[in-house]
Amino acid sequence: MSIPADLKYTPSHEWVRVEADGTLTVGITHHAQDLLGDMVFVENPAQGRVLNKGEECAVVESVKAASDVYAPVAGEVVAANGEVEASPESVNKDAYAAWLFKMKPANPADVGTLLDAAAYQKLVESEAH
Amino acid sequence: MSTQAALKTTPLNATHRELGAKMVDFGGWDMPVNYGSQIEEHHAVRTGCGLFDVSHMLPLDIRGANARGFLRRLVANNVDKLQVSGKALYSCMLNEAGGVIDDLIIYFMDESWFRLVVNAGTADKDLAWMEKMNADWGTGLALTPRRDLAMIAIQGPDATRVLNEALPGVDQITSVLKPFNAAAMGEMFIARTGYTGEDGFEAMVLAKSAPFFWRALMEAGGKPIGLGARDTLRLEAGMNLYGQDMDETTSPLESGLAWTVDLKTERDFVGRRALEASEVTKQLAGLVLLDKGVLRGHQKVHTRNGDGEITSGTFSPTMQQSIALARIPLGVAPGDEVEVEIRDKKLKAKVVKYPFVRNGKVLI
Repeated sequence: MSIPADLKYTPSHEWVRVEADGTLTVGITHHAQDLLGDMVFVENPAQGRVLNKGEECAVVESVKAASDVYAPVAGEVVAANGEVEASPESVNKDAYAAWLFKMKPANPADVGTLLDAAAYQKLVESEAH
Repeated sequence: MSTQAALKTTPLNATHRELGAKMVDFGGWDMPVNYGSQIEEHHAVRTGCGLFDVSHMLPLDIRGANARGFLRRLVANNVDKLQVSGKALYSCMLNEAGGVIDDLIIYFMDESWFRLVVNAGTADKDLAWMEKMNADWGTGLALTPRRDLAMIAIQGPDATRVLNEALPGVDQITSVLKPFNAAAMGEMFIARTGYTGEDGFEAMVLAKSAPFFWRALMEAGGKPIGLGARDTLRLEAGMNLYGQDMDETTSPLESGLAWTVDLKTERDFVGRRALEASEVTKQLAGLVLLDKGVLRGHQKVHTRNGDGEITSGTFSPTMQQSIALARIPLGVAPGDEVEVEIRDKKLKAKVVKYPFVRNGKVLI
């Protein structure tokens, strides 16, 4: 599956979409869900929670293992996706549609520190070796 | 870039790769964890027929006069329960301290031939231990590891039909083979045993025949199942996993395995004195998570009688909730509520009598 060119990425396999209003939508990548396998539990951060960059803020669990999701940049959680908590398997079906939470970055310029699709592709390929 | 030593492979390695399996390092073996969805594989075994490559486990033949006498001393269960050719016995092999070196299955074929099947990760250590006992006791038996064999488990309510169709003529055996019994025909060995809680077989064939046999089983409707589903199936079936639910530091009497330790007869076996001198304070119990989340190994369990620990935990695809085995203090009983520490939370779980699932039915 191709890595969407319009998204940003983290080395810990989160994807980030910069919305028109400057908020960030965050999920885990197709590669991450593929490594984890069948998803059975998702726990999102509470709305209003203030996150540091790299802070553990959500958990996705497959039958096989639990995995932390990290804040891609510093900011405040403005929405959490209850639908994906109710249907964790939606992450397996389409990882780029099944967003986990939305956040307002503390500093919009921080988005520039994230990986673009080409850099993330390289990272995934290097991990395959 | 990998710098580790080459992984060991089973005779079906190329077959798994052709089938698109996700391969993982499983205790030094290159094994399929799934071929797609682990949950779909799980359901396929509960409702139809699944095929497992379990060739990483080691069949081991013990041959010679008084093989029975050797096994009487070697293992905690009593091989004298085996009187009919082909009958199988599940047992622990203990060290002098009463800890579990391994759990294994012993098939009695005749007085000069017993076949054991031991775990992959413990095979070398088991063999060394048995050779030492064989020397110390002067029993002079031939212990032969059978790496020339492949082992395929055929499991599920449809297992008999699939095996019969894949192997013309085998119905003469499957129609009369009772659970926990085996039959040998030349180098083919078929046992009605398994690790899923379903009816089914474990078939040993010569390694070179394994890929053809596997394809024939698939053509008859068997679905390839990875080690991921093997773990959720065995946990639902309430079967222990060596290295998680018990090991050399734990007593079988605190691992839900008292039923496999024969203390009724006078028989002297390795570990007996230590077990008899020990005080049993813990038990292996089943847990069902009442809150949302997933129970995992090593999570702490708080009970009214003190703390315990989860030994194996997962999400049960059949029950659609999380289940676990946990070593907890004696006196905590089925129906009691306990708390499990998961990350920064304490979640409610209920103590239950396991197995959780048998023959496709939820028992909780």
